[in-house]
Amino acid sequence: MSAVTAEHDDHHDHGPAKGILRWIVTTNHKDIGTLYLVFALTMFFVGGSMALIIRAELFEPGMQFVDPQFFNSMTTMHALVMVFGAVMPAFVGLANWMIPMMIGAPDMALPRMNNMSFWMLVAGILLLASTLFMEGGAPAAGWTLYPPLVLQTGTALPFAIFSVHLLGISSIMGAINIIATIFNMRAPAMTLMKMPLFVWTWLITAFLLIAIMPVFAGAVTMLLTDRFFDTSFFDAAGGGDPVLYQHIFWFFGHPEVYVMILPTFGVASTIIPVFARKPLFGYASMVYATAAIAFLSFIVWAHHMFTVGMPIAGELYFMYATMLIAIPTGVKIFNWTATMWKGSMTFEAPMLFSIAFVVLFTLGGFTGLMMAIAPVDFQYHDTYFIVAHFHYTLVPASIFILMAAGYYWLPKWTGNMYDERLAQLHFWLSAISVNILFFPQHFLGLAGMPRRIPDYAVQFADWNMISSIGAFIYGPSQLIFVYIVYKTIKGGTGEKVTDEVWEGASKHGLEWTLPSPPPYHTFTTPPEKVPTEHF
Amino acid sequence: MKKTKQLFAALTLMVLGLGSAQADYTLDLMRGVTVISNEVYDLHILILWICIFIGIAVFGTMFYSIYYHRKSMGHKAEQFHENTTVEIIWTIIPTIILVGMAIPATKTMLDMDDSREAEMSIKVTGWQWKWEYEYMDNGIHFFSSLDEASNEARQKNSGIDPRSVPHYLLNVDKPLVVPVNTKIRFLFTAADVIHSWWVPDLGWKKDTVPGFINESWTDIKEVGTYRGQCAELCGKDHGFMPIVVIAKEKADYDAWVEEQKTLAIAEANAADKEWAVDELIAKGETVYANNCASCHMADGAGMPGTFPAISGSAVVTGDMDSQVDLMMNGKGMMPAFGQMLSAVDFAAVSTFIRNGLGNSVGDSIQPSAIQTLQPASTEEDDDE
Repeated sequence: MSAVTAEHDDHHDHGPAKGILRWIVTTNHKDIGTLYLVFALTMFFVGGSMALIIRAELFEPGMQFVDPQFFNSMTTMHALVMVFGAVMPAFVGLANWMIPMMIGAPDMALPRMNNMSFWMLVAGILLLASTLFMEGGAPAAGWTLYPPLVLQTGTALPFAIFSVHLLGISSIMGAINIIATIFNMRAPAMTLMKMPLFVWTWLITAFLLIAIMPVFAGAVTMLLTDRFFDTSFFDAAGGGDPVLYQHIFWFFGHPEVYVMILPTFGVASTIIPVFARKPLFGYASMVYATAAIAFLSFIVWAHHMFTVGMPIAGELYFMYATMLIAIPTGVKIFNWTATMWKGSMTFEAPMLFSIAFVVLFTLGGFTGLMMAIAPVDFQYHDTYFIVAHFHYTLVPASIFILMAAGYYWLPKWTGNMYDERLAQLHFWLSAISVNILFFPQHFLGLAGMPRRIPDYAVQFADWNMISSIGAFIYGPSQLIFVYIVYKTIKGGTGEKVTDEVWEGASKHGLEWTLPSPPPYHTFTTPPEKVPTEHF
Repeated sequence: MKKTKQLFAALTLMVLGLGSAQADYTLDLMRGVTVISNEVYDLHILILWICIFIGIAVFGTMFYSIYYHRKSMGHKAEQFHENTTVEIIWTIIPTIILVGMAIPATKTMLDMDDSREAEMSIKVTGWQWKWEYEYMDNGIHFFSSLDEASNEARQKNSGIDPRSVPHYLLNVDKPLVVPVNTKIRFLFTAADVIHSWWVPDLGWKKDTVPGFINESWTDIKEVGTYRGQCAELCGKDHGFMPIVVIAKEKADYDAWVEEQKTLAIAEANAADKEWAVDELIAKGETVYANNCASCHMADGAGMPGTFPAISGSAVVTGDMDSQVDLMMNGKGMMPAFGQMLSAVDFAAVSTFIRNGLGNSVGDSIQPSAIQTLQPASTEEDDDE
């Protein structure tokens, strides 16, 4: 590539293109990072609106607003949009903005591919969203797209499958770019074991993505041929097996959940030391724990399928393997706690969201451990207990950390300070309502309410109503974040921030040695020294 | 006003964190009524307490630190980090705890897997959206679907308060009846998509996979009625295919078996008699409501793009034989009703849709004619 474009890149220091074209043709990592983040935030509200439709229908027993089929489309689309449209792109956006600035690189290694992977993501999500308006409705078989049910989807099926292909290609290109950047573009002083944990976790995540996205693409392609070309991969009548799909899907699906949580760990490990004014307790063990979790994520997939009828040896193996995950995850939680211990903590919005993440993610970890116990999972499986579990590991974990990252780096990105009082309001509203929203779902699941049902028996009425109330507080309070971001871009509190922004931050990351906001091109010559605080 | 009250009640509840407006409301897993379900419950409680204990230790440390190690309290940050001893300790201790959990879990797992020496077998087949039960030992065979009262109340804006319906969404037209203190083996399969058969009181759920047989067992210790639901998303009416198991004393169960056999004979006789067209239409209307309306809609309008309309349908207003053939053998998402409906019900609903829902073909078909077309009873195939 460099041979083709070298000549063009020879004239220096031109800023961004003018007008809308700047955003369409940009190859600048900061611009592409911004595009990803804005897109992810938009999708967060699209997926969130779907969740609110679900919670509105579940507010009371009886069917009030939607038909069961549309309800199923909502649960399906909510998950797909949140996973592929909000959480993953948001972390890719952070990676784009921060990885070059954290490792002392001028840009991503493959800037044009970077642009392409963003626009392919937009195309993929638009294709997915278009299925909402098709005959027969959007996919309604759950985000896991299990056959044979998913083969009953109407016109939408091939569109959803091609959308998965596009999203997969986009993710793979993004992952290749991140790996190439980290391996090739680090400042000479930035050895692997000096990289910030956010960079480390993304490096490992990128390898996960490259390993799993083709698997998912393969699985949905088999669905496509089963439906249209008379194959029978998943049809027993033709010698296939519907459960085979589940094995393939979860071989993708389980590492996929770590794709969403490992960068979350990385951001938390970046923020907590800064606000505790202490080095991270165990840098090396954090790196190894991340790698261990990533490895384990490939060998535990069938714990999503304990009730599917596996032989006893399979049940026991997947139970033991799953329980092992608790060990490296525990190492991480103990590390964050030890980092706070005897620090000198302050509680600005990034720290508040990070602490809430540690606490609430741990709750999600506990329920995860409970569900690892196969014989008990026969009760928990496919109930609201699991809904509560994975929402605890995604909303007050990944989403909270994304908010923390927003507040943490926004002053660096814009050069302006956000409104701390509003941010604190945003935090407290979110932290309280997210628990009103998801905690009662533990009770519902234990009491026997299956997931993915549009209506329920009356003994589930009280907690469902409370959960819905939580949702109606949590959802709208996220608009505060949009307002704060908008205000900050427009000048914020008026106070100009320093390069360091947070007290002592420049000891923790290279990005804090750059001006706020950073110029369009940074580290065109690599920095000579790198921070060593986290050792 | 009522809603405001409910809302207020809910909020009060939330503040108190316990207690209830609903009588049979629970916060926790149920103990259930089998040895296995009790083992499962004990395991659940054991692990819950371990988690609570770890939680108190970790969060206690964290909140102590958050309170005392604040900059605003003038605490100076210490700069210690990396301590191999500590790191080894916090890796070893969780490992020991995990081994402690794995031992009882393995024992329960092995117990659950052991379905040897079952005294009777029941084959459960999942359908969109009902359950089929076949007693392998005495030939009793029936379908079980959501009861009519719940079905009416669950229609969108039905105007019926779900609270006024007994066991709303957890009641069926024909429950599964089993004896207590008997080791019962269940065989699970499905006719269309994957379902999952779950009665919490039995302590487990099992997926029903089309083309495959799964196995599980239970031995209910207490007489009673136990309710559950399908637990695997199986299409639009996934939320509306409950399970009711009635466990009876052995003598009562035997009496029930005899009663079922008498009913089966009566049903066979009903098919032989000549039915009047009006009788068929009247009966067909109920059969339609219970079996067809969930897809083709109560008024026969269908759902464009997914489920074709009955009103004005070319198939229904055309040749009787091809309509009966379609209903008998199914097509795409349309299930094969040949073995699902009795000859009388089949003839009744066939006649009804040709003469109701806006259609007026004017002809009818007798149950006896249907009987000759129906596939042989499925019991024979199960002897393999």
